Amino acid sequence: MTLEVRDIVMNFGGFRALDGVSLTVPAGGLVGLIGPNGAGKSTLFAIMSGFQTQDAGAVLLDGRPLDALAAPARARAGLVRTFQVPREFRNLTVRQNLLAAAPGQTGENLLGLFFQPGRVAREEAVIARRAEETLRLLKLAPVADQPARQLSGGQKKLLELGRALMLDPRFVLLDEPFAGVNPVLIGEIVARIRELNAAGIGFLIIEHDLEALTRLVPYLAVLDRGRIIAQGGPDAVLTDAAVREAYLGGVA
Amino acid sequence: MSAYFVAIGIVSLIYMLLALGLTLQFGLTGLINFGHVGFFAIGAYTSALLSLQGVPLPLSFLAAAIVPGLMALPIGLISLRLRDDYFAIVTLGFSEVVRAVITNARELTGGTQGIPGIPRMYPGLTGLPAQLAVLATVGLVTLAAVWMIVRIARSPFGRMIQAIRDNEVAVKALGKDPARFKVQVLAVGAALAGIASAFYAHYITYIVPDQFIPLVTFYVWMAIIMGGASRISGAVLGTAILMAFLEGSRFVHDFLPGVSEVHMASVRIGIVGLLLIVFVIKRPQGLMGDTTQR
Repeated sequence: MTLEVRDIVMNFGGFRALDGVSLTVPAGGLVGLIGPNGAGKSTLFAIMSGFQTQDAGAVLLDGRPLDALAAPARARAGLVRTFQVPREFRNLTVRQNLLAAAPGQTGENLLGLFFQPGRVAREEAVIARRAEETLRLLKLAPVADQPARQLSGGQKKLLELGRALMLDPRFVLLDEPFAGVNPVLIGEIVARIRELNAAGIGFLIIEHDLEALTRLVPYLAVLDRGRIIAQGGPDAVLTDAAVREAYLGGVA
Repeated sequence: MSAYFVAIGIVSLIYMLLALGLTLQFGLTGLINFGHVGFFAIGAYTSALLSLQGVPLPLSFLAAAIVPGLMALPIGLISLRLRDDYFAIVTLGFSEVVRAVITNARELTGGTQGIPGIPRMYPGLTGLPAQLAVLATVGLVTLAAVWMIVRIARSPFGRMIQAIRDNEVAVKALGKDPARFKVQVLAVGAALAGIASAFYAHYITYIVPDQFIPLVTFYVWMAIIMGGASRISGAVLGTAILMAFLEGSRFVHDFLPGVSEVHMASVRIGIVGLLLIVFVIKRPQGLMGDTTQR
């Protein structure tokens, strides 16, 4: 049970955004993906989640290629992503955002809705409990009935994570979960991700906040100009000469 | 005088059925359907032609709902993966194609001469009682449509179409295919338009292609925008205002010397455009206070 990308190549016109990227997240793994702006991190996420199609290479879940699956099918297969800029359902309440994410609802079909009302009600009760748990886990219960557009940036990040959890994912791709989030809330998110990871969910996390990220992940991969230039434990990676040159040059 | 108000009531309810379909499609789902009148035309001709072949009206009404509903499926499957603005253009084109076909398929539709002598509902009644019976029937059907749309809006299906309106990409990321939902919404709206058109055809008893111009679609848009596009109460209020405007403008030209009935049609279109602009700028939430942010 692994999530793997193999030799991914992606060109935008004459620009090679990804140049043979290979990376593996083991089952229940917790991997950070870092790199300077424009390195190709978000493009890699888009390819993995089926929102863009690579020019070459493969995305594999448990060794099975996902390339024939469109984005919704990949999410159903257990690979769920979040977005760098939160994409909350802004007019729905926080609770409705979570309910909408629950898979396999009979009531999402008009025939089921009008001809199997009992079944719809039973399913709704089950996912409502599930949503309650998720609200509590992410400390969103106090804002459960507010329209999602009223949340702070950090709360929206939590909501995106919560929606992903409603799918019972095996792997979650988190795109900058700490961006624009206040330090207290970052601590919360880190703690939640740790718990979920301990429960067996694998994470691949793009993040610029290295301090928060290295607190969380035992394994880092560095993407620079479309190539993985280093991967391993955070201490080794962050002291790697090529990484310091490419990524931390200005800082060090 | 009471017959006049009953007549206005009937036409209002027909427009209300159209507006409810658009509330579902645009207000809840965000679909920009500029071809509503195309489904209205298909329903009208379906029921008129079937009833003239001796099919009982309940069955021809049913067909007037089913045929446009089924027509919506291929239209939806072809075009719903397009961007919103392209979908709007495709639907507008579709309604004009429908009009061109019924204008030219003379053997079937009578071409520009139209279809006269469409059977009335309740042939056993005459005068005001007949009118009242029609009003009651279309009123009950409209109530049923309101019930259905409220039920849909509050259901898991309704939650998902509003999620699609808010952020389609996120819907895909959560494992659901927006096109599947949009096709169903398009078909339900088309079926409502079809039922509305059967009432129209059997009430007016005479249909010609000129009754199915895009302006009808935009009257309905005007109604839901004035009322508040995501609110069912908005469709109801907006339709009432639309009818007051359409009927009121008949009398206005009595006070405008030198403006003929023909001129008045153009003046009306101008006012529709002006009202739409004013509402979108000054009160985009409509009169019923639609709080949805787009």
